[in-house]
Amino acid sequence: MLEPVNIGFAELHMATLMPMLIAIGGGLLILTMDLLKENLHKSLYVMVTILILLVDLGAVLGLEYQKGFFDVLLIDGVAILSQVIMLVGSILFIPLALTSKRFHEYSYPEFFALFMFMIAGLQFMVSSDNLILIFIGLETSSLALYTLIALHNRANSFEAAVKYFTMGALAAGFFTMGSAVLYGISGSLELNQIAVALQSRMDEAGLMFLILGGAGLILVAFAFKLSLFPFHTWAPDVYEGASSPLAGYMSVVPKLAAFVVSMRIFEMFIELHIEWVQTAILALAVITMTIANIMALVQEDVKRMLAYSSISHAGFVMAAVALATVKANSGIFLYYGLFMFTNLGAFAMLWVSRHKDRVHHARYDHPYDKFSGMIKIMPTGAVVMALFMLSLAGVPPFSVFWGKIYLMSAAVDAGFFWLAIVMGLNSAIAAYYYLKLIVYMFLKEPTDLVNQETTYYNVSKPLLTILGFAVFVTVGSMFYVDPLLEHITEMIKVSGIGFN
Amino acid sequence: MNHILSVLIFFPALAGVLGFVVDKRSARAYGIAVASVELILALWLWLSFDGTNAGMQFTEFSPIISQFGISYNLGVDGISLFIVIMAALITLLGIILLDETKIANMKNMIISLLFLEMTMMGVFVALDAIIFYLFWELSLVPMLYIIGAWGGPTRVYAAVKFFLYTFAGSLIMLVGLLSMAYFYHLEGGVWSFNLLDWYQLNLTSDQQFWLFLSFFAGFAIKVPMFPFHTWLPHAHGQAPTIGSVILAAVLLKMGTYGFVRFSLPILPDASVAFTPFIMVLSLIMIVYTAMIAFAQKDMKQVIAYSSVSHMGVIMLGVFAMNAEGLGGSIFLMLSHGIVSGALFMLVGVIYERRGTKIMDEFGGLASVMPVYATIFGVMLMASVGLPLTIGFVGEFLVLLGFYKVSVIGTIIAGSTIIIGSVYMLALFKKSFFGPLTNEKNKNLKDLDRRELTALLPLVAIVVWLGVYPKPVLGPIDNSVKALLVQMEEHAQLESTKEAIIISKKEAK
Repeated sequence: MLEPVNIGFAELHMATLMPMLIAIGGGLLILTMDLLKENLHKSLYVMVTILILLVDLGAVLGLEYQKGFFDVLLIDGVAILSQVIMLVGSILFIPLALTSKRFHEYSYPEFFALFMFMIAGLQFMVSSDNLILIFIGLETSSLALYTLIALHNRANSFEAAVKYFTMGALAAGFFTMGSAVLYGISGSLELNQIAVALQSRMDEAGLMFLILGGAGLILVAFAFKLSLFPFHTWAPDVYEGASSPLAGYMSVVPKLAAFVVSMRIFEMFIELHIEWVQTAILALAVITMTIANIMALVQEDVKRMLAYSSISHAGFVMAAVALATVKANSGIFLYYGLFMFTNLGAFAMLWVSRHKDRVHHARYDHPYDKFSGMIKIMPTGAVVMALFMLSLAGVPPFSVFWGKIYLMSAAVDAGFFWLAIVMGLNSAIAAYYYLKLIVYMFLKEPTDLVNQETTYYNVSKPLLTILGFAVFVTVGSMFYVDPLLEHITEMIKVSGIGFN
Repeated sequence: MNHILSVLIFFPALAGVLGFVVDKRSARAYGIAVASVELILALWLWLSFDGTNAGMQFTEFSPIISQFGISYNLGVDGISLFIVIMAALITLLGIILLDETKIANMKNMIISLLFLEMTMMGVFVALDAIIFYLFWELSLVPMLYIIGAWGGPTRVYAAVKFFLYTFAGSLIMLVGLLSMAYFYHLEGGVWSFNLLDWYQLNLTSDQQFWLFLSFFAGFAIKVPMFPFHTWLPHAHGQAPTIGSVILAAVLLKMGTYGFVRFSLPILPDASVAFTPFIMVLSLIMIVYTAMIAFAQKDMKQVIAYSSVSHMGVIMLGVFAMNAEGLGGSIFLMLSHGIVSGALFMLVGVIYERRGTKIMDEFGGLASVMPVYATIFGVMLMASVGLPLTIGFVGEFLVLLGFYKVSVIGTIIAGSTIIIGSVYMLALFKKSFFGPLTNEKNKNLKDLDRRELTALLPLVAIVVWLGVYPKPVLGPIDNSVKALLVQMEEHAQLESTKEAIIISKKEAK
């Protein structure tokens, strides 16, 4: 007979749960509003969502480093940092719903409610070291995300959602199996206890085989989520099927959450000096960035190109997980923090010119031709897009450059000179396809179909505001990287993840 | 004026931003005005420059990313001073030469040129590796646009090739720079990208070997050294006149300047160890490209290959590791900038009139365009290295310096002066002398006021510095000697110290 456990309310540290509760409550609030009065305009939902996210951000910033809620929630620097980045990304993303043309998914309040639930799920993922809670967070966010994709009412959106759902289900299966193996080895689902158990059993013969099963299966699960080779094939189709802002959002925020979990899980193995985990991740990372870059070279559609480019960037960052140093981990957040604005900006530029019908190409929404001679029709837009492309290519002094050199420097520090060179060469390959778009925009003549009406099709004040902000962050990065990096490094250090 | 270097860098950039507001029809005048102010600022820098001080002057320092050791760190010495002035001068003259009736979108051109000027200034006065790298990479963007928007039929290919080739090399260089900072961190416990800090760092031969190779990847492509030169003929072939002028006169110098500023003082042992390797590459580059130049039918390609060939002489001088060779090569960088810039301008002039650059189309031009022929002749002589022209001083010093390193190498390098005069005189003969056979050439107008304004200052400089190079050579010599002293003190191996032949008494 189990002893009843008495836990006082104060010991639960409910504050640790507040951010998620706010997001879920916000989602319910939006649904309630719809119940009370139908046909409210999307701008209302957008603004309510932003306000809730701001409250959520406030709650996150007020968090203290502690464990809470039956010790399954872990609030450390990484948890706070990633939640802040995710919330800022979400606040940037939501106003992109306010296009001048009507895209019907945004008129449903369910869209915004699902969005909130997804954020709650992501927040659970990053602020826990309990494998079950991570799994719940992963599934909550993924299921919400599949629906968000499908809401973009088009044949290839359904295809994308179903594809993503199938892959996600597979990944979830791998994750549970991996967790089960780890539970079998250690008798716990808490990462810190797993680490202790593994440490004490390291000498046992045959244990490595079990770890291979556990870590290998979880690695496969996250390779699906992070679109790492050879599990990346879903990504371009899904990005293409989703609406442009959502694609940009998917390439940053859910991935960041998955990166945080990978950091927690795999760096645990690496810190236990299980060499092959590091080697496997490095191999995956290098192959991912190279293959994705080569695939991106041959794309005819800008959105697919950006999809492959996002995969390549994910590979780049995954290499940092393998390095498992404080510097590399800081680099991950610096990189994603900067990459978020630029990539979201680039996808938002596609959104500006997104036409209801495919006027330019039978198959693609955003073929390169669509952007030819853009400098003559929409000079500011062309310059803005070019800035995003240069930043993604890693041309200094634009934002992603700082993330790149920091990660490359982390590779050099860890003694992986070859990795730094591979990263550099990959950036050079990547420059080609970013440059291709710039060449189309600046150096080609506009085609007949490219005109004011089509390129400005979707533009609106909120979109321009978000774009302006993204440009500002991309161009002015030199002036804020120093304090940003300082904060990030500080928070990583207190989290105690990674070698010093 | 303590912040003159910052002003030099950001004045053109700011002017470029404001240039968006200027009316299209006044764009060229605006460009000339800005570039003139910039040149005056650069000359002012020279005036207030202390020629006897061999160290860095007008230094500025403020941290940017303090915990990663990146700071905004500028300074100028005798080596960079004149390159800065030359860059300002060439930009101004290039803008003056722009023809408003021929160039579409003059405003975009002027704005690109002003941004390009910012990056050129930045590269040559940066004392922080990351700031250097930043301007170095950024210089690709306006050049990409200039070649891609105003170039010849296959301009996009040429522009993209130019960009990717140099970008790939620089990224490998970046790994080298990051490793340098890491080694500095290991040694001193703090991060620093400050060049002057790096000069103090003692590295093992093995580290130096790999660092040298990574720097080499970035600089050699830019120079461009054989066998990495293949992007340049395309770029020159397709670039508009102004693009070729700036590319040849200033952008290529970034590569040789990089060797002088980074490779030599930071990695003295590796530099000495690599000297035979560089020497062989440079000699191949000198002779091989000179021969290719002789085989060209296109006037501009002749100049382009001859320019590569002369860059080889500069490389020889840099790796001669003595005051004559190194000082000579820096002087040669200036004279190469002036002369090849002028030659590309001259080719541009005839191209604007006739729409072709093929030498067979011409012949007997001297009789219809006497002034043009005279200026072309002067520049050609300077390019070949005729005494009393600017080209002679540098080339002579380099060969003199290199003689101490290798006699055979000097003979081979010297023989190219002969090959050089062969293809240059052949070009001159085919185009300017003989009967005026082609009908289309009969009514060509001689140089007009605009073209003379752009070209005559260059002629004056060619003669002035050819006859009396001292005002320029003096400060260069001081800084070069200081650099060599520093290299020798810093060198780890005895053999390196011996290889760096310097007259210590003079230096002190």
